[in-house]
Amino acid sequence: MPKARKIDYIINLAGVIVLFFLLMFIFDTELLGRVRSYIQGIVIIAMISIVMVCSLNLITGFMGEFSLGHAGFMSIGAYSSAVVTMALENAGIILPDLLLFLIAIVIGGIITALMGVLVGIPALRLRGDYLAIVTIAFAEIIRVAFTNFQITGGGKTLSGIPKLSDYHYVYVITAISVCVMYMYVRSRFGRCVRAIREDYIAASASGINVTYYKVMTFTVSAFFAGVSGAMYAHYITSLIPTKFSFNYSAEFLTMVILGGTGSLTGSVVGAAVLSALPEALRSFQAYRMLIYSVVLVLVMIFKPSGLFGSYEFSLPGVLRTLTGRKKGGAKDE
Amino acid sequence: MSNTTAVLEAKGLGVEFGGLKAVSQFDISIGDGELVGLIGPNGAGKTTVFNLLTGVYQPTEGKFFMNGEIMNGKPTHLVVHSGIARTFQNIRLFKNMTVLDNVKIAFNRKMKYGLASAVFRTGSFWKEENEIDEKARELLKLFHLEELADTKAGNLPYGKQRKLEITRALATDMKVLLLDEPAAGMNPTETAELLESINMIREKFRISILLIEHDMSLVMKICERIIVLNYGQILASGTPEQIANNPDVITAYLGKA
Repeated sequence: MPKARKIDYIINLAGVIVLFFLLMFIFDTELLGRVRSYIQGIVIIAMISIVMVCSLNLITGFMGEFSLGHAGFMSIGAYSSAVVTMALENAGIILPDLLLFLIAIVIGGIITALMGVLVGIPALRLRGDYLAIVTIAFAEIIRVAFTNFQITGGGKTLSGIPKLSDYHYVYVITAISVCVMYMYVRSRFGRCVRAIREDYIAASASGINVTYYKVMTFTVSAFFAGVSGAMYAHYITSLIPTKFSFNYSAEFLTMVILGGTGSLTGSVVGAAVLSALPEALRSFQAYRMLIYSVVLVLVMIFKPSGLFGSYEFSLPGVLRTLTGRKKGGAKDE
Repeated sequence: MSNTTAVLEAKGLGVEFGGLKAVSQFDISIGDGELVGLIGPNGAGKTTVFNLLTGVYQPTEGKFFMNGEIMNGKPTHLVVHSGIARTFQNIRLFKNMTVLDNVKIAFNRKMKYGLASAVFRTGSFWKEENEIDEKARELLKLFHLEELADTKAGNLPYGKQRKLEITRALATDMKVLLLDEPAAGMNPTETAELLESINMIREKFRISILLIEHDMSLVMKICERIIVLNYGQILASGTPEQIANNPDVITAYLGKA
């Protein structure tokens, strides 16, 4: 590994750790007083959305295809992990919270990824509008299935899921997820997928197996949607299928587009801002959805590529700019 | 040229679109290092032949072979892997990617590292990435594009985009290059530069070329053999002199007097 690159990674990692301690400082002291758990809730939901939005950006931004049913994948992760952790609890197996949480994450991710492959192989032969319709249909099928399966509550709320998602765990999983997706995008896989987005005919004429890389990206994306769903289930502790409707998928898509298609930084910021915005606007109760919409319209008019376009944030890059030592390497971080 | 060392060979190749025969009974045999021209009036089926030879269309009749191996039914990327690469009439680059990345894409099949390697940035990841980086830059240097490596491909001037497309095709490690109207829309200087590039890659890489071109002076100058296509069928084939004096060809191109 090039040495400069190594140093960059270490600086970025340090940034992530500092942010973690900052969160701990805010939440574990009496700094916030009575609103502590309220704010903490918003932050956790924002982090869960960050994973969701980054995973959706893999499809929408990097692969250039619309998935309008991403909440469907999230619900698979949520339900499958919840069913497993509840079964473990009911069987009287006592595991430490952390272990149980990791089991939930892995189960949620893997089962959703498998569904991603199953859906991806037939669906990704389609492009554009057609694929978008198929993804909506898929999410609807999932929703209806969960409403009817006995094991998922059979139309009633599935409650009694152990509350495992405390913000330390969620933060670490979010950081790892974003990092893994970033590594994916900045590898030959990401390069192929971007080439396919640009021109799939030219990509296959350059020897790229278009379907293979599309399905792979779809699967990786589904995996992280499942991870996000698992964290969600174990934070909210009760699930109802109607939550994962088309509207919920559209909300994530909004975050992707606001942040910038093709920028994971944008997804992180977009998810964080749009998760917090409705709460921050609570004092303008009557106008809040209006302001939310106006913000979106303005962004689309003045910056159609989203807030970040395809820019990626990197701590060393910013430090170099600030200290006036800007180097060429900064842009591929 | 004898056919004993045919690299790319087609026998009775043809395709039908809902009863319309776009190309039929197309025979070709391209020898090692040979440069064959494919000419014909607009709509004669030249690009369709390219699409057949690269697996974009599946032939409804006939067969084609690469190094004796049958290619029918193979998807495009596998045809490319067996050594047939092409450029497009209306240049198809990855416009929002850098010049360097455009070439790296074509090297992808040589890269073996897996998902885990990419995520953990293992030694094999860096080794392969660095190797490809170096190879891609070397290739760009041959075409005098190395200084533009970090430019977006879409921002290159027209002539350079053509060159980049050829570079990308070369990076797939092909044996036969199909060039679809490379000189279209070029000014005389750019055409001369293109000619130079074509001669250079023939010398350096010992590849065979099948060239579609309307610029007759270019075709007559560099092709060793010419095939004339009209209404999807071969009208004539032979050396440039034979073609230039063939009455059928003159009629097809200029119309009957």
